[in-house]
Amino acid sequence: MPSSPPSKRQRTPFEKGLDRLFEGTTMGFALFILLLLLAIGLLILVQAWPAVQRFGLSFLWTSSWNPVEGREVFGVLPMVYGTLVSSAIALLLAVPLGLGTALFLSENFIPLKIRTVLVFMVELLAAIPSVVYGLWGIFVLIPALKWFLGLFGVSFAGPSMLAASLVLAIMILPIITAISRDSLAALPPELRQGSYGLGATRWGTIFRVLIPAAISGIVGGVMLALGRAMGETMAVTMLIGNSNTINPSLLAPSNTISSLLANQFAEAKGIQVASLMYAAFVLVILTLIVNILADWIVRKLQAKY
Amino acid sequence: MTDVVLRAKECDIYYGSYKAVRDVSIDIPKNKITAFIGPSGCGKSTVLRCFNRLNDLIESFRLKGKMTYHGQDLYAPDVDPVEVRRRIGMVFQKPNPFPKTIYDNIAYGPRISGFKGDMDELVETSLRRAVLWDEVKDKLQESGFSLSGGQQQRLCIARTIAVQPEVVLMDEPCAALDPISTLKIEDLMKELVQNYTIIIVTHNMQQATRVADYTAFYNAQVVEGAGGKVGYLAEFDSTEKIFSDPEQESTRDYVTGRFG
Repeated sequence: MPSSPPSKRQRTPFEKGLDRLFEGTTMGFALFILLLLLAIGLLILVQAWPAVQRFGLSFLWTSSWNPVEGREVFGVLPMVYGTLVSSAIALLLAVPLGLGTALFLSENFIPLKIRTVLVFMVELLAAIPSVVYGLWGIFVLIPALKWFLGLFGVSFAGPSMLAASLVLAIMILPIITAISRDSLAALPPELRQGSYGLGATRWGTIFRVLIPAAISGIVGGVMLALGRAMGETMAVTMLIGNSNTINPSLLAPSNTISSLLANQFAEAKGIQVASLMYAAFVLVILTLIVNILADWIVRKLQAKY
Repeated sequence: MTDVVLRAKECDIYYGSYKAVRDVSIDIPKNKITAFIGPSGCGKSTVLRCFNRLNDLIESFRLKGKMTYHGQDLYAPDVDPVEVRRRIGMVFQKPNPFPKTIYDNIAYGPRISGFKGDMDELVETSLRRAVLWDEVKDKLQESGFSLSGGQQQRLCIARTIAVQPEVVLMDEPCAALDPISTLKIEDLMKELVQNYTIIIVTHNMQQATRVADYTAFYNAQVVEGAGGKVGYLAEFDSTEKIFSDPEQESTRDYVTGRFG
């Protein structure tokens, strides 16, 4: 092949302009998201302002929610409790189950064809609308729980923290499974071979090499699932019993912030609307804290390696 | 020839219905370095991986013939592959430290095989043997990834000898390294061979002449009609003989650089 002289071609002003246009457009999109978020936060805060002025921070630790005119008192403590406890229980159940599923689907325990089908089915779980989960909870889960608890002579009304948490666990399962599986599958095969080559068992390889290596992705998925659990509305509203009290029994009805909002907005007016907005603001802050925490944990874990 | 550690007898290796290697018979002598050379796709890595049953991880893998370790059948039904891999260690082409500290990289193998002695001492001896101690002794708690490529590979060698195997298999251990690191690893191999039996797969013929006592030349043959190639052991002898006066024409052509 004859050698060609170095190319003298230069980019035309048009090409350079196109580049700059592209850069500007993407920056615009990114800024738009930021603006949208700020606008939502600001709107909530403005609408909540009357309640913020009237109840101050005591809103956070007051346990009564009384919309009767003239005697209005609003406090969000039972709902914060309900939100945190239901999410925590859901996470407690879904993490081992989801991680176990992810491991099973990323290792070669079963032929690839069956695995592909299973992966698809797990992802399908995420596509079921939450109102359907709620209905399933009412017509399948609650009767089943009633029967099961009845075996031990425990009376069980139905709508409760337990029912809501169980359905939440199922709803966040596909998030944990899909993200954990992806981060496990993305590990270099050399890692696995290296461990086997040293005489490690499959068990040892999974728990001492693969999970530690994929931990930041797994934790990221868990935190995403937690955010979903805290914000989930429809299915929870249908199952939690919407009682604004703190009851340590998991069999008793409870409430979460998002469920409170869904239930009360239609008939609320005046200071109640402001209080609901205040509650919404508390939920936003809670999720923000969770996200920051997640980021911090992931960074801590990554720094270790 | 001295004591035989590993022996393959009339081994055929299949992946599914595809025959990758045919009719390999070879005796690996104790406390010597044996090099496997040959063109790409001739099955030298495949044979190497059979010796510590790492090919078991591939579902469709099948071995016909007999492989023995000190006379014991490696593929007998009552043989635990995990146990085999503890005695016959492996160093890979690409340095693959675990995402753990340097210390834990070495301690991993002994821990999983239930080592009860002084771990600090074992880590130090392993690193010293791999001639890495002086470079890492002040940063044992740092990640294995913080090391350079050559250091990582020596870390992997240290990690392998920490489980005190009898045989160390090396699959192109220097392919991803610069010449200086390569020489360091070669010196290390000559050091280690007093206590270990080493098999090394290499594409680098100078490397074979520098380190190996014996050399096996593998070649590939086009299979009529099947559209694939099958690897076979063409010649096995002392390194000197292989490189100066081989029996076979193909060996001569390969070692003189006429093909491959």
